[in-house]
Amino acid sequence: MTVKQISVFVENKAGKLSELTNILRQRDIDMRALSIAETQDFGIVRIIVDDAYNTACILREAGYVLSITPVLAAAIPDEPGGLNRILDLLGEAGINLEYTYAFIARKEGLAYMIMRVADNDKAGAALQKAGVRLICQHEIAEL
Amino acid sequence: MEQYYQPEIECASQEQIRVWQDERLVDTVRRVYENVPYYREKMQAVGVTPEDIKSADDLHKLPFITKDDLRDAYPYGLLAKPLSDCVRIQSTSGTTGRRVVAFYTQHDIDLWEDCCARAIMAAGGTKDDVVQVCYGYGLFTGGPGLNGGSHKVGSLTLPMSSGNTDRQIQFMCDLGATILCCTPSYAAYLAESIHERGARGQIKLKAGIFGAEAWTEAMRQDIQDKLGIKAYDIYGLTEISGPGVSFECSAQTGMHINEDHFIAEIIDPNTGEVLPDGEKGELVFTSITKEAFPLIRYRTRDICVLSREKCPCGRTHVKMSKPMGRSDDMLIIKGVNVFPSQIESVLLSKGYPANYQIVVTRENNSDQLEVQVEMTQEMFSDTVGQIAGREKELVDAMKAMLGIYAKVRLVSPKAIARSEGKAVRVIDKRNLY
Repeated sequence: MTVKQISVFVENKAGKLSELTNILRQRDIDMRALSIAETQDFGIVRIIVDDAYNTACILREAGYVLSITPVLAAAIPDEPGGLNRILDLLGEAGINLEYTYAFIARKEGLAYMIMRVADNDKAGAALQKAGVRLICQHEIAEL
Repeated sequence: MEQYYQPEIECASQEQIRVWQDERLVDTVRRVYENVPYYREKMQAVGVTPEDIKSADDLHKLPFITKDDLRDAYPYGLLAKPLSDCVRIQSTSGTTGRRVVAFYTQHDIDLWEDCCARAIMAAGGTKDDVVQVCYGYGLFTGGPGLNGGSHKVGSLTLPMSSGNTDRQIQFMCDLGATILCCTPSYAAYLAESIHERGARGQIKLKAGIFGAEAWTEAMRQDIQDKLGIKAYDIYGLTEISGPGVSFECSAQTGMHINEDHFIAEIIDPNTGEVLPDGEKGELVFTSITKEAFPLIRYRTRDICVLSREKCPCGRTHVKMSKPMGRSDDMLIIKGVNVFPSQIESVLLSKGYPANYQIVVTRENNSDQLEVQVEMTQEMFSDTVGQIAGREKELVDAMKAMLGIYAKVRLVSPKAIARSEGKAVRVIDKRNLY
C-alpha cells in the first residue's frame, strides 16, 4: 500500500534543478508529484513518477545520488477538512509525520497526500481502518 | 621474502653507514667550498672552513640552505660542476612558489635511479614485474625517477605519464601491470574509476608506490582495500634528487632514508637547533654523493620524526615518519594551526571520499573554514533531519580534531575537480601573504 518516492540530492545553486528536470524531459518522464526540501547548501528533490525504477536508473547514470523510499499516498476529498481528518487519524494513532505534500489527479479530480512516516504498516493500517483509500505504485499511472 | 636492490648497502651496519657518511660529508663540504662561491660566502659568514668539518658530528656547524637560497642562486649559483659535465635538468612542480631547477651529472642520475630501484624492490618488484609509471614525465622528477629505477630492477616499464585515465586503465588491464607508481590522490581516483567500470577483476596489480604529496594512513587503507594491493609510501624532493630519497619497506612503518647518499637531521623549525631521534621537527637533508647539485643542510619544511628502531625488513637505514604536514602548507585559522591531512583523516574515518576541498575565507575580520565534501549514496537520505545529523557528526569530529569549527558543505558527487597530479586541497581566499 505504498508508492515509491525518488529523493535526489541537488546543490542549492542556480540552474541545478533545471539540470535535473532537463534529464527527465529528455527521457520523456512525466512527474506526478514534486516537493523540495531545501537547506542553505542543498535541496532534496522528491518526486513521484510512473516507473520509479527506470527513472532512478536514468538519474543514477547521470551521476545523481538518490534514494527510493516507500511512502503513503492517501486519496482525500477535495473539500474543506479533508486533510485535517487524515492528520487527526495519524495523531490519534501516535504517528509522527516526517513530511507531506499534495498533488491532484487529472482524471478523478481527487487530491492525494504523500506522507512519509517511520512505520508505513502502522500508519497505513490506521488510515485504512478509518476508510481512507491508499494507492499503490501501479495505480499512479492511471491517475 | 624481503628483496633488496643493494643488500650490502641497504643492510650495512650502522657503523659502516657512519664511516661512509663521515668521509663523504668531508669531501662534499670541501668540494662546495672550492667550487661554489655561494656556499663559500655562506660558510665564511659564520666563520666555518672545510677544516672544521671532520665528521658528520660537525654537520651542525654548517649554515642551512633554504628554498630562498635556491631562488637567489637561480639558475646556476649552486652548481658544483661545470655545466658541460651535467646531463640533465629537473625542476620542482612549483606548488609553493617560484620554480627551482636542479642539475645532474650521469653519476647523479645513476645514484638517484639506484634509490628508486631500492624502493621498487622493497615494494616486491622484480625483473618479472610490469611497472606502470603514471607520474608526470618531464621537468617533474616523479616519472623519470621511477622510470629509471624500474629499468635498473629490470622490470618491464610502462612510461604512461599522468592523465588520460581511460588509457591508464586499459593498459593496466591489457598489459597486466603489477606495480603502480603515481600520486596517492590519483591512485584513489584510479581505484574509483576502476570500480565504476567494473574492471576490478581484470587488474593484476599487487603493489603501488605512491608519493609526491601528503596522504594519511586511512587513505592508504582505502586504496589498499579498493585495489587489493599493498600501498607503499615514497618520499623525495627535486632539490635533493627526486623520489627515492626515502622509501617504505614491507613493514609499512616509515620510510628508510638512503643514508649512504643523504644525511638526515631533525631540527626545531624556530631555533634551528638539532633535535634527537624520536622528536618531531623539520627534516633537513645533506646530500653527500651528488656531484652537480649537492645541498648542505637543506631545510625541507616537512615536519616528521626519525626512528632508528630495528626494522623487521632487515634494512638498517634510519626511518622517517610520513610527513605530518609542512611548515608551509600549515594553515593558521583563527590562530589555530590546521593541517589539511588532519581534515582528511577525519573524513576518511567517517567514511567520506578522500576527495575534498578546504576553503578559507575572512569575513568581518574572522577566519571561516569550510570543508567541501561530496555527497555519497551511503550518507544520503530523503529527510533533511538525517542528513543534518550526519553533517553534525562530521562537524563535531572535525572540531574535536582541529579545535575549531569547520563548516561542512555537501556538494554533488564529482563536483570537486579530480586531480591527475597534485590535488588542490586548499583554497585560501584570505590573501594573507
